[in-house]
Amino acid sequence: MERPAWVPQGIDISVPSVSRIYDYYLGGSHNFEVDREAARKAMEFTPGLPKIMQANRAFMRRAVRFAIAEGVTQFLDIGSGIPTFGNVHEVAHAADPDAKVVYVDHDPVAVAHSRAVLEGNENATVVAADLRSPRQILDSPEVRDTIDLDLPVCLLLVSVLHFVEDADKPFAAVAELTDALAPGSLVAVCHAAYAGIPLPQERVAGTVGVYKDIRNPLVMRTEEEIAGFFDGSDLVEPGLVPMGRWRPECPAGEEDPYALSGFAGVGRKA
Amino acid sequence: MVPAEVPDAEAEPDGLEDRLRRFVTIWSRAIFPATATSLTRPEFEQHLLPLARSLRDALHDRIFDATPAHGVGAALVGAHCTDPDALARSLGVVDAYLVLYCGEAADPAGELAADELRARCARLQATFAAGFAQALRERTLAEQEAIARSALAARGAAEDALHATEARFRAVFEGAAIGIGIADLDGRVLEVNDTLTRMFGGLEHHVRSRNVSEWVHPDDAPQVWRMYKELIRGERDNFRTEKPFFRNDGTVLWTNLTVSLLRDVDGVPQYQLALLEDTTERRLLTLRLRYEATHDALTGLPNRTLFFERLEKALAPARETPKDAAKDGARDEANSGTKEVGPAPASAPRPAARFGLCYLDLDGFKAINDSLGHSAGDRMLVEVADRLQSCATAPGEMVARLGGDEFVALTTGPDTQREVGELAARILGALATPISLDGREFTVRGSIGIVEGKAGESTAAEVLRSADITMYRAKSAGGNRFEHADAEADARAITRHGLTTSLPTALERGEFFIEYQPLVHLADGTVHGAEALVRWSHPTHGVLGPDRFIPLAEHTGLIVPLGRWVLEQSVLQARAWQEELAAGTFAGPVRINVNLSPAQLHHPGLVADTVEVLERIGLPPGSLCLEVTESALIGADEDLLKPLRQLAEMGVDIALDDFGTGYSNLANLRRLPVSVLKLDRSFTQGMQQHPADPVDLKIVEGIVSLAHGLELGVTVEGVETGAQAEHLRRLGCDTAQGWYYARPGPPEMLHTLSMADAV
Repeated sequence: MERPAWVPQGIDISVPSVSRIYDYYLGGSHNFEVDREAARKAMEFTPGLPKIMQANRAFMRRAVRFAIAEGVTQFLDIGSGIPTFGNVHEVAHAADPDAKVVYVDHDPVAVAHSRAVLEGNENATVVAADLRSPRQILDSPEVRDTIDLDLPVCLLLVSVLHFVEDADKPFAAVAELTDALAPGSLVAVCHAAYAGIPLPQERVAGTVGVYKDIRNPLVMRTEEEIAGFFDGSDLVEPGLVPMGRWRPECPAGEEDPYALSGFAGVGRKA
Repeated sequence: MVPAEVPDAEAEPDGLEDRLRRFVTIWSRAIFPATATSLTRPEFEQHLLPLARSLRDALHDRIFDATPAHGVGAALVGAHCTDPDALARSLGVVDAYLVLYCGEAADPAGELAADELRARCARLQATFAAGFAQALRERTLAEQEAIARSALAARGAAEDALHATEARFRAVFEGAAIGIGIADLDGRVLEVNDTLTRMFGGLEHHVRSRNVSEWVHPDDAPQVWRMYKELIRGERDNFRTEKPFFRNDGTVLWTNLTVSLLRDVDGVPQYQLALLEDTTERRLLTLRLRYEATHDALTGLPNRTLFFERLEKALAPARETPKDAAKDGARDEANSGTKEVGPAPASAPRPAARFGLCYLDLDGFKAINDSLGHSAGDRMLVEVADRLQSCATAPGEMVARLGGDEFVALTTGPDTQREVGELAARILGALATPISLDGREFTVRGSIGIVEGKAGESTAAEVLRSADITMYRAKSAGGNRFEHADAEADARAITRHGLTTSLPTALERGEFFIEYQPLVHLADGTVHGAEALVRWSHPTHGVLGPDRFIPLAEHTGLIVPLGRWVLEQSVLQARAWQEELAAGTFAGPVRINVNLSPAQLHHPGLVADTVEVLERIGLPPGSLCLEVTESALIGADEDLLKPLRQLAEMGVDIALDDFGTGYSNLANLRRLPVSVLKLDRSFTQGMQQHPADPVDLKIVEGIVSLAHGLELGVTVEGVETGAQAEHLRRLGCDTAQGWYYARPGPPEMLHTLSMADAV
């Protein structure tokens, strides 16, 4: 049965949450034993997960800085999770204190935490909404009040699309979001893939299995599939590349091997 | 957080600053892999630089204080180096390289001995570790508290929302106009709303104490409980049906029932939700409307609509389902392959269903209605209906009122061939007892037409028409009886019906024509005149004689225009003959006989029409003879005779046709304006052979004598032999017609006849 929109998801901290697992990978303590247990299991198969997370945080930093350098100072970060450190608003405000940031997540605990962290911050806010309902995001008062959709926006989809199964139409959702943005807007995506992980695929599949067990399936996609998220935009240099290769700030060869897993890219809407 | 950097001026190669940076590079390389920072390596190194400087300074301070190392450990945690491995590696680096890179070279005065430096380094490591541990502990506690608070806040928000949701659901549940009930999968009722309780009669525990499976009702649709079981097993998510329930007081509650399966988040069935809409009133209304639409308001019997429904059902050909057929086929095949003779099929071929129908029309009911009034008539119909009802009580029997005083009884019992006759007899028997109305007793009789037959052979309309026709046959046979349908009688009646309906257009289409039969002077054999006989050239039935359609034309009123057409055509023909006679080309008939039907006789335009035709065409009235049947004039009063008298006075001859077949009042002949008697052929049949019937001779002789005494001419019909002609001539008859002279034929035939005669 379809759940009515006005019925909130229950809060059950006995169920692992991908946001809190992510926090654990990054050395945070915003997590509970169930989260840590799942994370440890996932790391049994893919020990480099923390490095992968670190790499996508690094990509996010570079993407935000790139956006500000390009003159885009409004950020819509969907799937923001638990802001442990080095968050979009911190990075953005370091470069431009007037930058606007709206975080979006559907995990009520992550949203509550973000709300606490952002309290008193006038240029950043959080919306409890789901990527699968783009309209819900775009029509939310937080987005309406914080972001001017007539001006370019940097849409950040960092490590979130691989948690949306094809049945939930992630491509259509991204297309709808992109469509709603002003010309010149940027779409930054990084997405998990088997490619680049220095482990046999069967082993990484164990990690995928862990996420399946906690009912937050991790969908590995190919480069071609991930490129589909840029249907409404044109990829900026260097295109869709392994995460660590997107406009790196340190010389090639110094990055952790896991940083070359997954794909990252930024598209610009014409 | 990051202390201001020392100017690069000091970073000369192998200078103090350069050595410090090399230490930092080693430190950074050691712990970067263990950090979760999103800083790049150069950024991270920049971050470590002031920390390294702080350690170096502490190492060399005049008065040693390890406290700064506490802050360095804490700063490492602040830089998100929370992995214990980062501490281990850091301590390893400090232990191995701090004194090496920042020891003696940083202490040119050599104030501190190497031992002292090592001791200080060890203490710095201890304090570093304590600072790291304390910061990590505080950070962990803070973050745990933060996340717990967030979880709590989120749960609070969710609970508020859930509470609001539940409040809304509760409002919907309590305020709904439909009954709502929730039960577990074992059928235990967990919750019901007030509406549902009220629907069941107001006592909640009566509803709640019962298991869903006890809510069986004899009128449940057959699939209801099957669908219920499927739902409970999780094979279907819902079903919708119309279902009756027993209320607490035993009365029936009709509902539109929707049952849905509620599953948990894993899709495992948990509860069943029932929504019940009370349709009892609506159903009663529907039933009442249906009853009213299918029953006669006066008698309460089923009406024509319902009767036709039942009749059509009874007439529907027995259906053999394809499945049965296949089964039978398979069995036959199996049997044919074995020597063993199989047992008789369990379902022996069912004899084709039969039906029996009685169509009853009360005899003389109109008279009762007219004389006693409609109210009494209605009461009589009600009484008749009650009696009929008591005659048809067996299963498969029904009585209906079609309208007026027409009733039908239908039987579909096992032996309709016998039953339908008994049913008809019962009905007549039931009617035999007089009906008492307003203190008077009336005997009601009826005529019944019976149709009995096999289903699947005729339509309901055909059956009813056959019954109707048969009923009329019973009625014309005197009433108070029943007759069985007979295909031939039906066919005649059906033809009659067809002719009646096609009659009006036949005149327009010119389907009628006239044949002429000569009237011959018995004395000399010359043609005296001709009788005009109308024929109908029917497109499908061929040429029809007047006996087939004149009564129908009389009945429908078409006789008046048809009669006028015949008169006009005949007069035209007579006029043509007269012209030919005058021209010397013809010596044929000069007179024309035209028949008048009783209805024409009553038509007020008869005289005017006749005069108009004669004058327009120019035929002397004396050349026309109108033939009127004796029966039409029986009991004729002066009003009826007046037009004939007027015509006679003008010179038109009036012949009395079929004389001797009615109860003719001979004395009456005097006052009739007739000039000719046409003797019916029955008088002359006895003269066709030698010796002629002496009685016939005497009678004819008497009639001729009487006619001549009254100055009436005598014409004889149906003369078929020379012997007859000779007898009649000797008896003094004036004219004759018949096959002996000529059959009726086209006007040209008269030419040849008269020519032959003239020779």
